[in-house]
Amino acid sequence: MTRHVDTVEDAAGSPDVVQPYAELGLKDDEYARIRDILGRRPTSAELAMYSVMWSEHCSYKSSKVHLSQFGEKKPETDTLLVGIGENAGVVDIGQGWAVTFKVESHNHPSYVEPYQGAATGIGGIVRDILSMGARPVAVMDPLRFGPADHPDTRRVLPGVVAGIGGYGNCLGLPNIGGEIVFDPSYLGNPLVNALCVGTMRHEDIHLASAKGVGNLIVLYGAKTGGDGIGGVSVLASETFDADGPAKRPSVQVGDPFMEKLLIECTLEVLHAGLVEGIQDLGGAGLSCATSELASNGDGGMHVWLDRVPLRDATLTPEEILMSESQERMCAVVSPQHIDSFLAICARWDVTATVIGEVAAGDRLHVQWHGQTIVDVPPRTVAHDGPVYERPYARPEWLDALQADDPKRLARPRTDEELRDTFLRMVASPNLASKSWVTSQYDRYVLGNTVLSYPEDGGVVRVDDETGLGIALSTDCNGRFAKLDPYAGAQLALAEAYRNVATTGAKPLAVTNCLNFGSPEDPDVMWQFSEAVRGLADGCLQLGIPVTGGNVSFYNQTADMAIHPTPVVGVLGVIEDVERRTSMALRNTDDVLLLLGETRDEFGGSEWAHEVHAHLGGLPPHVDLEAERSLANVLTDGASRGLFTAAHDVSDGGIAQTVVEMASRGGHGARISVATDDAFVFLFAESTARAIVAVAAKDVESLSTLARTHGVPCARIGVVTEATRESAEAAIEFVDRFSVTLAELAKASESTLPALFG
Amino acid sequence: MSARVGVVTFPGSLDDRDAGRAIELAGGEYVPLWHGDRDLKQVDAVVLPGGFSYGDYLRAGAIARFAPVMDLVIDQAKAGLPVLGICNGFQVLCESHLLPGVLVRNNHLHFICRDQRLRIENAATAWTSDYETDQEVVIPLKNMEGGFVAADHTLDELEAEGRIVARYLDVNPNGSRRDIAGITNAAGNIVGLMPHPEHAVESLTGPGTDGLAFFTSVLKALVAA
Repeated sequence: MTRHVDTVEDAAGSPDVVQPYAELGLKDDEYARIRDILGRRPTSAELAMYSVMWSEHCSYKSSKVHLSQFGEKKPETDTLLVGIGENAGVVDIGQGWAVTFKVESHNHPSYVEPYQGAATGIGGIVRDILSMGARPVAVMDPLRFGPADHPDTRRVLPGVVAGIGGYGNCLGLPNIGGEIVFDPSYLGNPLVNALCVGTMRHEDIHLASAKGVGNLIVLYGAKTGGDGIGGVSVLASETFDADGPAKRPSVQVGDPFMEKLLIECTLEVLHAGLVEGIQDLGGAGLSCATSELASNGDGGMHVWLDRVPLRDATLTPEEILMSESQERMCAVVSPQHIDSFLAICARWDVTATVIGEVAAGDRLHVQWHGQTIVDVPPRTVAHDGPVYERPYARPEWLDALQADDPKRLARPRTDEELRDTFLRMVASPNLASKSWVTSQYDRYVLGNTVLSYPEDGGVVRVDDETGLGIALSTDCNGRFAKLDPYAGAQLALAEAYRNVATTGAKPLAVTNCLNFGSPEDPDVMWQFSEAVRGLADGCLQLGIPVTGGNVSFYNQTADMAIHPTPVVGVLGVIEDVERRTSMALRNTDDVLLLLGETRDEFGGSEWAHEVHAHLGGLPPHVDLEAERSLANVLTDGASRGLFTAAHDVSDGGIAQTVVEMASRGGHGARISVATDDAFVFLFAESTARAIVAVAAKDVESLSTLARTHGVPCARIGVVTEATRESAEAAIEFVDRFSVTLAELAKASESTLPALFG
Repeated sequence: MSARVGVVTFPGSLDDRDAGRAIELAGGEYVPLWHGDRDLKQVDAVVLPGGFSYGDYLRAGAIARFAPVMDLVIDQAKAGLPVLGICNGFQVLCESHLLPGVLVRNNHLHFICRDQRLRIENAATAWTSDYETDQEVVIPLKNMEGGFVAADHTLDELEAEGRIVARYLDVNPNGSRRDIAGITNAAGNIVGLMPHPEHAVESLTGPGTDGLAFFTSVLKALVAA
């Protein structure tokens, strides 16, 4: 290496060198603070580390002051084994089993490069779960795109779907659910969130900390390359080598095969008891992994950066520290275990290199060919970043938006108009069948998938012997959150909670991915603060803790921010997966009952959106006590084997719920609309509702159960025989209108293929 | 004593444990085999499982075919050892020239996962004797490179000799020639199949239990032998 590197000695001797901190995203006062901490100017390597670790993405500097509510308002619970702040929270599901789950965004990379952006989103969240000591067992993808028929959606969506499939399928993780939502607010800012869930025995929980002086820091997995360096290339080009390669790809490239080896190899070294601490490499790469391990541990660490195996020998030390090359992990291993550790890596053909050791003291030293290029207190990099109290204020436009009541919109009146609306809704991109997407994902691998998309929640068996299982659902209606972010966040929570309960599982814990516009806009910051407050209050009321989450800001183009989209994931536990409830109607003559109350609520509804392109008024009323009671009926009923099918009522109202139950089960339904206002009955989106199917002999038991919990329960129809080939009515609204299964299938199943090929 | 059925784990194998579970549900003993070992652990039959061995680099199955364990599998298969290749395993069998033809990318260029209806046309192989000839079954299919391709004269020969084990019904999901989902060698001990019978062994986690008979077939064949 002949190129001159900026050493700590250089930095001490040249305080006046002008550094490109602004290009790296640091503000004047942030740069000044780094100089204060170090008592000198930072070296270029230190500057790179601080800039990326103090970025919004890594430091949560705008959101921290609000997110603390999730801890402050945490409900009394003994289910949390590991709380917020680690790579992912860990929940006790009983029988000695623990579950860890988390959802993260990969929005911006997926817009720039849909396939790799979405693929590496899966890769990153899987490593988060793995680094807790868990075997990843399933993934889910909440996705949002611009209008379905917009050319840019046609560019982004197929690539995102292929990337999720290409990575997840090759990794061997079943994709058990998620969401696909189209709305103009996401044009130019698609949301690609990825959730992973993993399982482990209690004793296998591992944490990211580097303790024990003399223990070794091992980097293992893929070699480090020039991908994902992004903004740090300013350092290379401006400070050192103006003629060097000007642009490096800012989106990382994934190799799911290497990740699969990394999973198997990591689980083997963990189970062999060879690991003291472990950390995945994701955003900010080695900068993050080394500073967090040291900061969480004793504080001292020594790293020989020139030992890092490279794919590209021309990388500068700053770039190596920043590189977000995928499929890498860092482990802390004691000297007596290092040979066994390296042997297991070799067996899996995984490159492993000792790049450092836990050192005495409380400084992180990084050396490059014998010269010290980083000498910092690791806590100042990893945990003591800047914190901002961004100004926020209720937007001035909100009153006008909420006053624009959907009651002014023309409603279908005649039976013919109702039928037309019914079929139009079924065929709308948001309600149509998503099988064009989900058939590109492997839902079978690992052999434990009990329910998957389009069911209300994904259900996975955890223990073959006992039948213990988990259920998961992610939900959010951004339109509701736009109308009222506090209520919108609670509605997202309510829907995910209800979906989990509908499968028969008891809701236990919450994760979230908070997608918003720019935190520098007081309107957006107000939406954010309200959503966090709503979610924290809601979780407290429902008694289920937030275990962790992710914030994605800056989802906006110029002044146009996305709808506030606090995606909420709820995890539930089911004692015996044989008792799960599917949405599919199975038995002719079963009775259909509606649980809950229907009101004239259309603010932010799918009908207003699809038919009138309208967004205004107030979202449906939130009643978390009613949600809790409904969940109790659904889980009690499931454990007693009362239901032959159940499905929650949400987007598109009762009409859509019945359509999905019938299509899924290859049966029909004859529904009596026992109200004068068939339109409200069919399409209103009141919350805390579900439709259940029970055998005629069980109707009385169910009615009693519902009464006990104070849940309104009304008989609305029966399950009928139907086949796709038959011209007979499959769904009949008595005395109003009917449709055949063939008509439904045509309406529902041709929309996405027609748009995306 | 139950028969011992080995399942090879290559780097990138994904459905190896699932095949093991299917063997156990069928009443056999699941014996994990490692790609790098020249040791078949005295198993009575071998399953080459689904997945993306070696990341499907070069060509699906092309590198796995050269794994040390495959030398033994190839030799013993030629001597009559029952071998079932599922999905990626089918690709490995073709690359090993234990079966004719090759599997190419789906004609629609998307990965496809669906519950597929099949007709079992040859119920006389080591892996299908528990089916009735022309029995119709539903078994999950999930692949990217699932289109079976061979020269016309090879296809004619396979048909004339009754070596088409299974064909797709309703829709051809990947562009396979003549709707072929699985084939066998002349002796009937080696079967390659694109759909995944190990994912249709429990009604809880699959579309049904139609796949179980692949595994009970071989166990019965071994007991009879």
